[in-house]
Amino acid sequence: MTAVVYQRALDLVTRVRGVRGAMLVTLGDGLVVAEHLMEGIKGPAVAALAASLANRLGRAMEAAGLGAGVFWHLQASDGALLVVPAASGILVVAVTEPAVNVGLVRLELLRAAGVVT
Amino acid sequence: MSTRAVEPWTLAPLKAFVGEAGARLVLLMTPAGQVLAQHGFSRAMDVMSASALGAAIMASTGEIARQLNQPPFAALTHQGVRHGIFLGGISTGRGTIVALVVYDLEASSLGLVQLFFEQLATELDAASPKDPVPKQVLAADFERELTDSLNTLFGR
Repeated sequence: MTAVVYQRALDLVTRVRGVRGAMLVTLGDGLVVAEHLMEGIKGPAVAALAASLANRLGRAMEAAGLGAGVFWHLQASDGALLVVPAASGILVVAVTEPAVNVGLVRLELLRAAGVVT
Repeated sequence: MSTRAVEPWTLAPLKAFVGEAGARLVLLMTPAGQVLAQHGFSRAMDVMSASALGAAIMASTGEIARQLNQPPFAALTHQGVRHGIFLGGISTGRGTIVALVVYDLEASSLGLVQLFFEQLATELDAASPKDPVPKQVLAADFERELTDSLNTLFGR
């Protein structure tokens, strides 16, 4: 797996209108593997907190007997955080504007997750 | 879990760090291994061992950096099966402080520890007294100073 492949995976996501950035994050460590972010977004902070959240959400879903999570959408007043876990233990994370086409971003996140698997 | 400090100005930043990063054990010490504050340790012997080992690791990596004509390494991490160890230096008004952090991989992550370590460094620097470094511990006072510190750290 090369940096070019990771970058290509991120490009799939960031070309969607309204996406302010995308990252590949290790689920276990919360560290940034690759990122393509607009200025002003704190990549390491988003990565660490998103991975922590993903771990806890994953445990909650398993405890509830729902199986592994496949897509998370956290809507805030000024934007949204969209996350898809890849099979390789990497999270594909998108930071978006509030009015983004969530369905389209979700499709591209799933496609990017397939690339990094 | 108890959090105690020999130097009171370290207490609030340390408590905030422990709460945010989910650290299991934390030691703040001088590069010589003199403990300033601790969180989570229950035995004085463990604190003494951890501070001596942490200071030794920092000294060793500092020497490696010197041999490579590089500035000292900012941080060192070691990840095990259940726990991770993070060791980093912080510049404050009272000189360099070494932080030894042990975190549970179930409850925290390297990313979280790194993220909130930056905040800890900022808060410690802001809270540190700007007056000169206190007198060095003399050999004659060492035993008494050590006993006083351990008594403070374990609330005796």
